[in-house]
Amino acid sequence: MIDQARIRSDFPILDWEIDGRPMAFLDSACSSQKPAQVIDAMMDALRDSYANVHRGAYTLSQEATEAYEGARRKVARFLNAAAPEEVVFTRSTTAAINLFAYGWGLGNLKPGDRVLISVMEHHSNIVPWHIIARHTGAELSFLDITGDYRIDLEKPEDYFDERVKIVSLSGMSNVLGTMPPIGEIARLAREVGAVMLVDGAQMVPHSPVDVQEMGTDFLAFSGHKMLGPTGIGVLWGRRELLEKMEPMEGGDEMIREVRLFESTWAPVPQKFEAGTPPFVEAIGLGVAVDYLSEIGMDQILEHDRKLTSYALRRLEEVPGLSIQGPANTIDRGGVVSFDIPGIHAHDIATILDQHGVAVRAGHHCAQPLMRRLGLAAATRASFHVYTSEADIDALVDALGVARRLLASTEAVTVR
Amino acid sequence: MASLEELYREVILDHYRSPRNRRVLERSNAGADGSNPLCGDEVRVDLLIEAGVITDIGVTGHGCSISQASGSMMGDAVKAKALDEVCRLTDRFKGMMSIEGAADPGLDPERPGAVLGDLEALQGVRKFPVRIKCADLPWTTLEEALGIYESG
Ligand SMILES: Cc1ncc(COP(=O)(O)O)c(C=O)c1O
Repeated sequence: MIDQARIRSDFPILDWEIDGRPMAFLDSACSSQKPAQVIDAMMDALRDSYANVHRGAYTLSQEATEAYEGARRKVARFLNAAAPEEVVFTRSTTAAINLFAYGWGLGNLKPGDRVLISVMEHHSNIVPWHIIARHTGAELSFLDITGDYRIDLEKPEDYFDERVKIVSLSGMSNVLGTMPPIGEIARLAREVGAVMLVDGAQMVPHSPVDVQEMGTDFLAFSGHKMLGPTGIGVLWGRRELLEKMEPMEGGDEMIREVRLFESTWAPVPQKFEAGTPPFVEAIGLGVAVDYLSEIGMDQILEHDRKLTSYALRRLEEVPGLSIQGPANTIDRGGVVSFDIPGIHAHDIATILDQHGVAVRAGHHCAQPLMRRLGLAAATRASFHVYTSEADIDALVDALGVARRLLASTEAVTVR
Repeated sequence: MASLEELYREVILDHYRSPRNRRVLERSNAGADGSNPLCGDEVRVDLLIEAGVITDIGVTGHGCSISQASGSMMGDAVKAKALDEVCRLTDRFKGMMSIEGAADPGLDPERPGAVLGDLEALQGVRKFPVRIKCADLPWTTLEEALGIYESG
C-alpha cells in the first residue's frame, strides 16, 4: 500500500482549489504533475551549480557533467539496462521514435520491406513511419484490435513474415489502456528477424520495466509523463544495435574528430546527442526516477489497477456511458476513455472543468484508432500515483451535471 | 470565473437539441465541408444561391453543442439574405467571437433588435477560449462555400 496522503503532499499543484473545490487532475497520461523534489532539484541545478556539460575544465562544468551522467546511470538502473551507455537522452518519446526511425529505418529498409505497427498507436509512432516509408519504399502493416480492445494475435502468421523488418508497438495504449503481451510479440519479431521498438510513453511511467527481460531491442519514453520535466526523453537500445545505428543529427558533442570533408562519431550514447543536451531536465528526470523507485513501480502498477477498477465500477453508474477499453484490469493501465451518446466529449470536458475536474477530450493523438472505433472524439480520465478515489468521485458527480444539462430525453428533433 | 450558464444559454441548447435547417438540399449550387481536426467537429454547409440571394441552406454534421448550435443559428441568420449582407453578418459574427469583439457596443445582448439575433447568445463562448473555434466552424465553412461559388 502506498501512503497517499504523504505522496499528495509532495505535489504542490494539488493544493490548488477551483471555486473552493480541490482540483481533480485526471489528465496524467497527457502529462503528469511534478513532486517538489523534482522541481527543487532543477531549480538547484540552475541556481547553484549551472555550467555546460562535457566542455569546461573548471569545477562547475565537471559537477554539471557528473550530475548529467549520474542521471543517465539512474535511468539505466531504473530500466535494468546492461550499461548506462545504452541510455540515449532525447527531447521526448516523439524524438526517440524519430531517432530510431531515421537512424535504423533509413539505412536498413528497402522497397517491399515492412514496418509492423498497430491500429492503436499514437501519432508519434505512425507518422515517422509514413515519412520513412516515403524515403525507403518500405510499407506499413498493422496489427488489429479485438472486440475486447486487445491486440489481435489470433493468427500471427498473417502479420509476421520475412518481409517485416521493424516492429514498433506501444507498450500501453494512451486511449484504451491496453498493455499488449510485449514478450510474445518480441518473440514473433525475433523469429522473423525484425528489430523491435516499444513505445513506452505510457508503459514506463506506470509499470516495472526490465529491458533485459522484455525482449525488445529499443524502448522510447518521455520524462514529463513520469513525474519528470518536459524536454527530456529516452531512447534505450541494445548496445550492439546502437553501435550499428546511424546518427540523425550532427553537431558538437556527437563527434570524435571533424575534418573539412568528413568527421567521425563519438561512441554511444554521445553519438546520438548532438549539441548541448537538456541536462537540467535530465537531472530532473533522474530525481523523478528516484522518487518512483522509492515508492516502487510494482506499487504504482497496483495503485493504478485499484483506481482503474474503481473508475470502471463508478462509471458504470452513469446511464448510457460506454467505455473504450478492456472491461477488466488484466494487462490494462490507468487510463479510462469513454463516451456518452448525445453528449460530445468537448462539452463534457468543459462542464467537468467548471467542476474542477481536468480530463482530456478529443482524438487523443490517435486518429486511426478513433476511426477504427467509429468515434469522432472520446473523453479520457487518466491516473498517476497521486490520483485518489475522491478524484474519480468528483468526475462521476460532474458527469451527472453534464447529463442533466445536455442529455435530452427526447430524441433530437428536426425542424 | 466564467459560468456554465453563460456558455450553455437556453437558446443554444434549444438549437442543439432541435437543429434548424438540418437537411441535405435537393437542389444546391454551392457547398463546403469543414472540420476541427483537434476536437472532431464536422460541418457540411449546402447553399442554393439565386440572383445573389441565399434562398436555401442546409447545415449538417456532428460535433459539440456549440458547433452544432452555431450552425443551426447561422442557417436561420443567412437564409433569404443577399450575399453582401451575408458577408457583413459573417464579419460581425467573427468580430463578436474575437477578443476585440467585446468592444462592439452594437452587440449588447440586452439591446432590443440585436443585429445577430439568437447568435448573440454565443457571446458567452468567448469566455471559454478553447471553444471559440467550435462556434466559428460553421461560419468559416460558409465562407469557404461562398469563396468556391464566387471563384467558380
Ligand atoms: C503512447 C504514446 N506515445 C507517444 C507519445 C508522445 O509523447 P511526447 O509527446 O512526450 O513525445 C504519447 C504522449 O501522449 C503517448 O501516449
